Amino acid sequence: MPSNKSVSDAPVVQFTNCRILKNHKLQREDLWVREGKILNPEKLFFDEKIPADLQLNCKGSIIAPGFIDVQINGGFGVDFSLATDDVRPGISLVSQKILSHGVTSFCPTLVTSPPSVYHKVLPQISVRNGGFHGAGILGVHLEGPFISKEKKGAHPEQCLRTFEEGAFQDLLATYGCLDCVRIVTLAPEMKRSSEVIQELTSRGICVSLGHSVANLSQAEEAVQHGATFITHLFNAMLPFHHRDPGIVGLLTSDQIPICQQVFYGMISDGIHTNPAALRIAHRAHPKGLVLVTDAIAGMGLAPGKHTLGQQVVEMDGLNSYIAGTKTLSGSVATMDTCVRHFLEATDCTVETALEAASLHPAQLLGIEHQKGTLDYDTDADFLLLDDRLHIQATYIAGDQVWRRNTFTL
Amino acid sequence: MKLIILENYAQASEWAAKYIRNRIIQFNPCPDKYFTLGLPTGSTPLGCYKKLIEYCKNGDLSFKYVETFNMDEYVGLPRDHPESYHSFMWNNFFKHIDIAPENTHVLDGNAADLQAECNAFEEKIKAAGGIELFVGGIGPDGHIAFNEPGSSLVSRTRVKTLAMDTILANARFFDGDLSKVPTMALTVGVGTVMDAREVMILITGAHKAFALYKAIEEGVNHMWTVSAFQQHPCTVFVCDEDATLELKVKTVKYFQGLMLVHNKLVEPL
Repeated sequence: MPSNKSVSDAPVVQFTNCRILKNHKLQREDLWVREGKILNPEKLFFDEKIPADLQLNCKGSIIAPGFIDVQINGGFGVDFSLATDDVRPGISLVSQKILSHGVTSFCPTLVTSPPSVYHKVLPQISVRNGGFHGAGILGVHLEGPFISKEKKGAHPEQCLRTFEEGAFQDLLATYGCLDCVRIVTLAPEMKRSSEVIQELTSRGICVSLGHSVANLSQAEEAVQHGATFITHLFNAMLPFHHRDPGIVGLLTSDQIPICQQVFYGMISDGIHTNPAALRIAHRAHPKGLVLVTDAIAGMGLAPGKHTLGQQVVEMDGLNSYIAGTKTLSGSVATMDTCVRHFLEATDCTVETALEAASLHPAQLLGIEHQKGTLDYDTDADFLLLDDRLHIQATYIAGDQVWRRNTFTL
Repeated sequence: MKLIILENYAQASEWAAKYIRNRIIQFNPCPDKYFTLGLPTGSTPLGCYKKLIEYCKNGDLSFKYVETFNMDEYVGLPRDHPESYHSFMWNNFFKHIDIAPENTHVLDGNAADLQAECNAFEEKIKAAGGIELFVGGIGPDGHIAFNEPGSSLVSRTRVKTLAMDTILANARFFDGDLSKVPTMALTVGVGTVMDAREVMILITGAHKAFALYKAIEEGVNHMWTVSAFQQHPCTVFVCDEDATLELKVKTVKYFQGLMLVHNKLVEPL
């Protein structure tokens, strides 16, 4: 029953003069926030009968849900796959720096590494909320080592493994601790992958297909056992062939179980994928596209040499290759750059571009009732952007955790 | 009665909004003296609300010392249902203006004791000093608020069962599914609106023309409840030309001739 009493003493903040991304459309609406959540102003008006405590004029900015990066290997000189005694400073540095790219939640990604690295690093990482200290950590993305030799890309061959002996037990022994693991990328053509995928899925871990030479049937079988993601589509997998589309064929497969959806990561930095290929994927399956950076330590730094786990990579400002080769190794693009490039390359709507970096990754991880939208009662993680999608300010739980120097409310 | 005839819906909406604006400004409301305003819902007043919002955003009009009383609300519809009159008022008016939430009153169609809720509403109006200006619309069957044909012309706020005509007219807001339209509503009575110091009725569109004819050219009749306002000392009917299609040419010409005088009422203050 409605009551006249205030539900909470916390201040109510009303963001006015803005366009918010709601119900897949940019709408001229105010955004109301209280106690770290998006507030329903109609309920506030009729139930509690109180006005806002603070009104902030957003000067016509776009307000979008904070970006979620589910594949990021490091940045600013930090490499998440390095076996340091204390990984927390590195993770904190990156989580703090990516706020200016609009990322409010992320999955630190570890590339193929020896078990010793996993055993050392994984127990040090924990899921935690974002805030002034940086973007929130949703869990770790383990990319490898159960991947294909032929499609290892920048991953070190000597660390690749199979689980044909002990299936899930092998995986567990390799990683050591799965408590904070959110996503595992593996190659589904490997023997006993179905059992492993099923076990991981039953534990709430998202299984992604990547670095693989699987054909479409193998990929479909993996999806039927629970896989829901494709790691950086097109890269490190068989190219699309009209008689066996391979993993790429999942985008239009009719073998996907009814209640399941396949998402696919795209690094839209203009380098990893030709814009025409990006458009083909987007048009084939627009709702499944998830923008990822796959950023490496060199992201945010001047050109030069950096590490990516066991490998040395060379970055020349735009591209990153295994030192001395032409093998791409991650990217140095920032998430907001990816969003802008995606918008331009596909000529899609602003709403579509924004959702590819917010709603879709949230849906992939099954957290869209909490993050990835501006729906009432969800976490108030959001961004103020200008019309060309440059980030003006970043908010986590209703607090302004970053703003452009020239921007004030 | 003043019959204000404008060329089209947009002009009628604007005239009505300007009239309301001027009345509020002239009244000069303050903390000790609120301007009490009765408000309708439906498609007819939308244009008027848009204009009032514009005046508010321009700084020409403030609702800080305005107290509003809505005419009606469906029974049994969740308050946050998109078709509830609470939702209508929030989305089309309240959220865009500077009115204080505690100064708005909309009947609660989910109250445990519906008649007690209606009685309390009457008390609130009394406590506020009565309604200064009650704005309303007219149904195709000539009803004001939900005072369907046959309603007593001295009725007060009460629970009403809706006429089939009204349910059919409202079906378009419920995906055309008659079974989804509420069958009962809480409504102010004809008597409640008659108590207001001034009444303004908005009528636009050819489909309302017959009702307007019955309301002002025929006698006072409880089958066409808007006709009760023939006995109110201060009524304004604002309509577009289409709504006058069933009136005598003589009536229309007479009131069009008075427009020069009537337009003075909406000049900027």
